[in-house]
Amino acid sequence: MLKDITIGQYYPGKSILHRLDPRMKMIMTFVFIVALFAASNKIGLAVGAFIVIIAYACAKIPLKFLMKSLKPIIPLVLITSVLNLFFLTEGNALFRFWIITVTTEGISFAVVMSVRIICLIAGTSLLTYTTTPIALTDAIEQLLAPLKKIKLPVHELAMMMTIAMRFIPTLIDETDKIMNAQKARGADLETGGPVKRVKALVPILIPLFVSAFRRADELAIAMECRCYQGGEGRTRMNHLKMKLIDLWAGLFILACLAGVVCINIFL
Amino acid sequence: MSLLKVENLSYSYNKGTSMEKNAVKNASFEIEQGDFIGIIGHTGSGKSTLIQHFNGLIRPDSGRIYINGEDIWASKERLHQIRFIVGLVFQYPEYQLFEETVYKDIAFGPGNMGLGKEEIDARVREAADFAGVHPEYLESSPFDLSGGQKRRAAIAGVIAMRPQILVLDEPAAGLDPHGRDRIFERIKNYHKKTGSTVVLVSHSMEDIARYAKKVLVMNQGGIETFDTVENVFSKAERLLEIGLEVPMITRVFMALRARGIDVPPDVYTVDYGRSEILKLLEREGIKHA
Repeated sequence: MLKDITIGQYYPGKSILHRLDPRMKMIMTFVFIVALFAASNKIGLAVGAFIVIIAYACAKIPLKFLMKSLKPIIPLVLITSVLNLFFLTEGNALFRFWIITVTTEGISFAVVMSVRIICLIAGTSLLTYTTTPIALTDAIEQLLAPLKKIKLPVHELAMMMTIAMRFIPTLIDETDKIMNAQKARGADLETGGPVKRVKALVPILIPLFVSAFRRADELAIAMECRCYQGGEGRTRMNHLKMKLIDLWAGLFILACLAGVVCINIFL
Repeated sequence: MSLLKVENLSYSYNKGTSMEKNAVKNASFEIEQGDFIGIIGHTGSGKSTLIQHFNGLIRPDSGRIYINGEDIWASKERLHQIRFIVGLVFQYPEYQLFEETVYKDIAFGPGNMGLGKEEIDARVREAADFAGVHPEYLESSPFDLSGGQKRRAAIAGVIAMRPQILVLDEPAAGLDPHGRDRIFERIKNYHKKTGSTVVLVSHSMEDIARYAKKVLVMNQGGIETFDTVENVFSKAERLLEIGLEVPMITRVFMALRARGIDVPPDVYTVDYGRSEILKLLEREGIKHA
């Protein structure tokens, strides 16, 4: 069950989206999020949804993958739609029942919010589907490089992220092992009320923490043995280079943002 | 009726993906009450996957597992009970320790069985004694112990459930020779005193040869042979073929046979080898000092 987690899962491929510079992809994702929230009506959001669909088709990500990343936000989407549906009581009443009033505005707002959340998750997931974690942290490091001037340890932050991502699968594996070991001693993780279930996590979390600290300690020693001193004067193996295609991609997303703003103003 | 019966068991990882791996293929065998079984096989031969089926941690894709004649997947309540009948000690079990004191940690299993306080106390002390955890360590934190002591405390945590079958996956991995011997002697002593069934998983032939009565050899997820130690080691060539080590002494006797000297093929302990050499010398009329 733990193996189903898809956060930051890379889907190998050779599409345009895979080949784009990770820095440009991050900027594009950021612009895309801005555009999503800037879009205030249905047409603007339809443009956003359209971009997501085109991008997924381009990257050849299977629908199954997308569904997996959308599954955890289904409750969130449902709650927001229901709240919007029932508590937005201004406008044309469609029907009334007891204290509930459903209005056309309520319905349209619920749809807009749902589409926005789904596009947001789908769009940002696309970044991690088409970019390896290493390329991603490299991009973050370089994008944030100007902040070094105000003494922000950018390299160290990027390194911490790389290490954290590197250890996600390891820790998932470890959790699986510890869970099995405690189950073998009769630990019951699946039944009982919420309090009992939280208590049942103690035999898993404590060994997991102990092992995480042990691994961190070992890694720190291994890094020191190889004279790691942080970012100062460090050269890199792969240099990121912006190409013409990155420029076009950037222009495309900016055009989309401009389009959404125009739709807002004129429609 | 056998204690544990495995019937046509198959299991694969990553089903339905390109990385599908058939970990156990069509395994069938029976283990009797009081047996001391060794399971050997090279890395990735499916040993660990197989034993996790014994107490229902993994559900087989096909095939059945019976304990005392009862299908363990018949009902969910029963499955929980099976965990106490088949005590499974994982590789590096010291990583499962979590309580404030060694005593409480050993008591975790019996506590889950819903036993009374006095019964738990008796079991904890008995298990600690079997596993070689000194009583004075019972009140200290498990995280303060040395590696070997942690390992023994974790093994005690499983013994305390008084399982009918004790399954140990590489119990001596990563320990020094002295620590290894101590663990194995403890397990052997436990087997002798309680008469309960022990299944020992290892890739060290020396250990299996020294302690087990019967050996189950795994190769690429399938069961190669399941026979007495003598019979298994008499086919030492085959073991070498599938990438397993055989004990040093067996190799010596294989070399002797290859040179046309008349010695038995099933030599797997030094003592047995010594008596065979002496017999041979006598036959040849050579007196030893």
